[in-house]
Amino acid sequence: MEHVLYMQRIRDYYLSQGYEKPYVWAHYEDVPFTPLKKPLSESTVTLFSTSDVSVRREDDDALSAAETTVGEVYSLPWDTPLESLYSRQESFDRYATSLDDIDSYLPLTRMREFAEAGRIGAVTRNFHNINRGYSQKLMIETSAPAALAKCREEGADVAVLTPV
Amino acid sequence: MSLVARHLEENGIPTVIIGAARDIVEHCGVSRFVFVDFPLGSPCGEPFDSDMQSGIVAQALNLLETAAAPRTTVTIPHLWSKGEDWKKTVFTPDQPFLSQDQVKNWEARKQRYRDQKERS
Repeated sequence: MEHVLYMQRIRDYYLSQGYEKPYVWAHYEDVPFTPLKKPLSESTVTLFSTSDVSVRREDDDALSAAETTVGEVYSLPWDTPLESLYSRQESFDRYATSLDDIDSYLPLTRMREFAEAGRIGAVTRNFHNINRGYSQKLMIETSAPAALAKCREEGADVAVLTPV
Repeated sequence: MSLVARHLEENGIPTVIIGAARDIVEHCGVSRFVFVDFPLGSPCGEPFDSDMQSGIVAQALNLLETAAAPRTTVTIPHLWSKGEDWKKTVFTPDQPFLSQDQVKNWEARKQRYRDQKERS
């Protein structure tokens, strides 16, 4: 079966739900491209997702502002035990899959295995979450520079991005 | 996410996106894209299938090395084990994408952003 044409499907869906103004997706003719600067086996790799992963907490512990501010990019230590992490993301196909296995959308273990095997040089100390917003301006002016700053702070040579 | 990837590329960081919404990512235009034709939520493989996940992440690493130009997409060979019926029902009125509570959270998130904009 052909892949889903989400732009049309989502447009039709939200019209059917009473939303009148269709979303306009970002579109560019030119695409920037940076080749690898050194072999992957010598490169430090970082990871960004939109899975809104947080550390489990007691019910009365509020989420930090960084976790709830739209457009913000926040970081958690890569070596946080997986069992203490969970995803707060609600925008996924809840009928077809689940977010119960972190590595199925935020491959912390898989990437660490590739580092241990020498396929990549290392992973960064932290992984990062982008608090997705629907404003392209916000993503371009706030999220994107914040993500670049995270790469530079942690000496990342390469970034892997996993949108949920 | 594509917009972030583009900014990193513009500033000298090679990127690869692993994701499911092919039309959206390619419409934006990114350097390297591993297309995973799976339901939204599982871009790196089926939950608890570590072999499949390793295979998909390996494709992303390979693509970092092999892509010679922007807009390079590779499609993973893996198939969703429960079939493809999800493609017929995702984002259809018969199967509301968000529950009523989740719609409220979504609206609250949009309102938070409007409040943020007003404060700034």
